[in-house]
Amino acid sequence: MSIVTESVTTKDLVSVVTKLKADGWRLVTFSSVEIDEKNLEILYHFDKNLELKHLRMSVPKGSHVPSISGVLFTAFLVENEIRDQFGILFDGLVVDYQGKLLNETVQTAETSPFCRFHVKKADAKEAQ
Amino acid sequence: MARATIPFGPQHPVLPEPIHLSLVVEDEKVVEALPTIGYVHRGLELLATKRDFNQMIQIVERVCGICSMIHSLCYCQGVEEMMGIEVPRRARMLRVVWSELHRMHSHLLWLGLFADSFGFESLFMQLWKIRERIMDLNEATTGNRVIVSVNVIGGVRADLDEGQIRWIKDTLVEVEASIRSLQSTIMNDSTVCKRTVGIGVLTKEMAYDLGAAGPMLRGSGVAQDMRQLKYAGFDEIPFEPIFETAGDCWARSTVRFRETLQSIDLVRQALDKLDGSELATKVKGKPEGEVVTRVEQPRGECLYYLKGNGDKFLQRVRIRTPTFANIPPLAAILPGLDFADVPVVVLSIDPCISCTER
Repeated sequence: MSIVTESVTTKDLVSVVTKLKADGWRLVTFSSVEIDEKNLEILYHFDKNLELKHLRMSVPKGSHVPSISGVLFTAFLVENEIRDQFGILFDGLVVDYQGKLLNETVQTAETSPFCRFHVKKADAKEAQ
Repeated sequence: MARATIPFGPQHPVLPEPIHLSLVVEDEKVVEALPTIGYVHRGLELLATKRDFNQMIQIVERVCGICSMIHSLCYCQGVEEMMGIEVPRRARMLRVVWSELHRMHSHLLWLGLFADSFGFESLFMQLWKIRERIMDLNEATTGNRVIVSVNVIGGVRADLDEGQIRWIKDTLVEVEASIRSLQSTIMNDSTVCKRTVGIGVLTKEMAYDLGAAGPMLRGSGVAQDMRQLKYAGFDEIPFEPIFETAGDCWARSTVRFRETLQSIDLVRQALDKLDGSELATKVKGKPEGEVVTRVEQPRGECLYYLKGNGDKFLQRVRIRTPTFANIPPLAAILPGLDFADVPVVVLSIDPCISCTER
């Protein structure tokens, strides 16, 4: 079982969200999930008359993503939380807690609790 | 005009749980408000990688004590959807019974705290006295007052016999009479109205754009309630969301008060629809795929995103609680208020920091 999603990229995210807002969609929240060693997915959940629409965006761990908090103010809290938990950096956050919303220590992509970084034997040998 | 920054919380007489607001004031007017959370964050979502999908029921119940039943209901129905499990009718109705009892005791708790926030101590005590009757029902039917722990994947683990059903109905008659006796005080008393009418107004447009949830959204005139999605037994129980249009503290309070009475009716209807079917469907296999599921908590819409990969551990459990959604609207309505109104307005969102800091 899988949910029906619409793929977006970091380039068109803000314009897609702006259009959804204009069409009367309400942002419920967004969810981040680790996909593999190097990538995450962010799913944006929107509601209109009890119907849900999901946007799916793949991003590399530790990368920069445009903030949608300029379009939808309510997103600022979710983005700050994802910053703390997954180490994703949101550019243009209207209220930026600088990685200290939940933690006193600023988390990087490598140390963030939801991101697991894997070291393979081959990588270790190469590093040596 | 003198400008100063005043800390509100994390410890404050009106706050049962810690949230901090940095309030910039000019004389007695709030001009800016910045919320800060993180004082009691527990990382419960991350426990999904260390507790199997059955054990996670006990974890999600502890996201919030006051609506523990509804958290586990949302989680269970998500896993059931992923695994294609059909829940027996009796279990679906029992889920309505306990989830509405939870809504009642949550709203009564909040109404009491709200009365306390503007100094109406006798009303606070009256409401909490009534709430104890609901807690007694929870305790007698499940074994626990708050974290009732009745949901399992596929159904429920507790049942009600004929004697209990009769006792619940009799108790609800008395509870309803007690609540109705306080209606004119809560809705019309001059001391209540002076502190709530026209205070902390959130317009319909703002509520929708800022992603408000539950009574915060419905108090502003948006008639949206997740029970309209017909989850659990709501497919057979007629349901119309309660809403008010004023968008102020009075409207939010009135929505919750009227919902408490509505919940009594919903419990009665669910009890009348209990049939002789099983309590739970046997579960085989492990969850695979992803699902988004929503329920209506006392504080509003709760969303769970679950992802499984066929392992006994879920890959991701993401929980969006209603208070988390209501903090940005709160930050938006505080500027412009008198400083003395801040405690009442903060409490009017029914802040559950336990939920917010999963």
